[in-house]
Amino acid sequence: MSSFNSATASLSLQDADVAVPRSTGQPTLAARLLGAWQAAWPTLRRFLLAWPFPLAIFALWSAAAHFEWVAPQVLPSPETVFNTFGDLFNSGELRTNGVISFNRVVSGFAIGASSGLLLGVLMGLSPTFKDYVYPIFRAFAQVPSLGWLPLLMMLVGIDEALKIILVAKAALVPVALNTLKGIEGVPTRYIEVAKVYGFNQWQLLVRVVFPAAFPMIWNGVRYGLTHSWLALVAVELLASSEGLGFLIVYGRQLYQMDVVMAAVVVVGAVGFVLDKVLATIETRLLRWRHDAF
Amino acid sequence: MSEQSTFQAPAPAGTIQTLLRKDWRGLVLPLAFVLVWWAVTTLGLVNTKLIVPPADVVTTAYRFITGGTFFDGLGASLWRDGAGFVIGSLAGVAFGALVGVSRWANRIVGPTFHTFKHISLFAWLPLISTWLGQGDVAKILFVALSAFYPVALGTLEGVKGIARAQLEVARVYAFNRWQLLFKLVLPAASPQILAGLHLALIYAWLATIGAEYLLAKSGPGLGDAVIQGKAAFNVPLVVFGMLIIGFVGAFFNQIAARIEARLLRWRDVRR
Repeated sequence: MSSFNSATASLSLQDADVAVPRSTGQPTLAARLLGAWQAAWPTLRRFLLAWPFPLAIFALWSAAAHFEWVAPQVLPSPETVFNTFGDLFNSGELRTNGVISFNRVVSGFAIGASSGLLLGVLMGLSPTFKDYVYPIFRAFAQVPSLGWLPLLMMLVGIDEALKIILVAKAALVPVALNTLKGIEGVPTRYIEVAKVYGFNQWQLLVRVVFPAAFPMIWNGVRYGLTHSWLALVAVELLASSEGLGFLIVYGRQLYQMDVVMAAVVVVGAVGFVLDKVLATIETRLLRWRHDAF
Repeated sequence: MSEQSTFQAPAPAGTIQTLLRKDWRGLVLPLAFVLVWWAVTTLGLVNTKLIVPPADVVTTAYRFITGGTFFDGLGASLWRDGAGFVIGSLAGVAFGALVGVSRWANRIVGPTFHTFKHISLFAWLPLISTWLGQGDVAKILFVALSAFYPVALGTLEGVKGIARAQLEVARVYAFNRWQLLFKLVLPAASPQILAGLHLALIYAWLATIGAEYLLAKSGPGLGDAVIQGKAAFNVPLVVFGMLIIGFVGAFFNQIAARIEARLLRWRDVRR
């Protein structure tokens, strides 16, 4: 309750303060400084308040490592992890393995997403095709990627093909499902308007159906990439001799938790970058939506 | 297009006509697949050690099920899945509601939370197993973590989406803290919370299997059985395990969709 109150209170206070310089017509320097401060303050505060919590964890971690509350093999000190990170980075091990994982995820994702798109479009546009394919596709989609792993390992071995197939499968399912839903969800009135304008089939598809379905499809693409990355790390943990997942397993086997932690940080960073790239593309591609309003 | 299907008259149930009218075309591809599978193995077109005949899978499944270890394994897996799911979802709802309602909580832990969610789930497993061993505790914690993120994100999204007007009505009625939480915040956020729970159910099962693969011991568990089958190159067992994993996943998915639809019926009512 109190938090709700404070939220409204701070909001109304700011509104009143900002209104002051505007009403005097010619703002004084002090008023302008105040205004600038008030404009900058929320961002600054957001930035400042983001730090206490991670810093507290960091301090706790340092203390635990320093006073050896837990064995250093289990929890290495922050500076060990930092140094290891530097060593792995300088020796190129981190980069080599990171690049290998990155290439795997990108190629597997490209294959999976494009076939998922094709499948989704076919199912969305042709009810007959959907009637035949959708039931088995659903069954296929509901077996988790990891369920396939042991069988695939026996069928195709533990080479690149295994990783690419699993990563592609992880991307295919959400992309195909969302494409199907997106196309089915295009409002009938859009299509009616297009018919009034005498659009032919191709125009209808390219200028009405795809743009209308795009946000949904892109949602699937983002999910697909997240799943691909998840699947790849899992496969690399289980069956790989290179890549970030392998680095984690390797560190784990040697009880070098500093290596594990450094690799986990990179896994997080790659996931972050992949997601940000797609988010940026999305805002670019969806600019037309803002223009409309 | 989807609108049309919802307005179709429901078919009368329990007659031969419904059986005939039912769409069997979806079965064409699976049946064709099994037929091809059966044909290539019977005709010896492939290495039958690698691509085993369908009949082998059936007999192995029968032996596995009647052997008694199957239900132990399934039970152990479901226990890990269930325990982790419950812990993770409760923590997720609590966390999401707190961060959604309180600006200060959001400012302080929000950025850390949003940074950590980018770490691919399975990357946690080696760390967790180092700290907590290879037993059930580590597995359940990992499953809980996998369920936590989608539920927390869903709850957060739901709480953030509550309109100010709704909050003002609650104020007019002088709701106290608990009333606010249980009569406004959680019900209003329930569609997103349920969506998060649905996702969490799928993730938790994936995490259970993953944890059992990676921390495979001689103990019971579906994933352990499959990994042992793989090590012994017992292809029929692996195929059967995969089918069961798929069935359980599909079952959870169905249950979640049903519950979701039922609990959210109030949304369809025009206000």
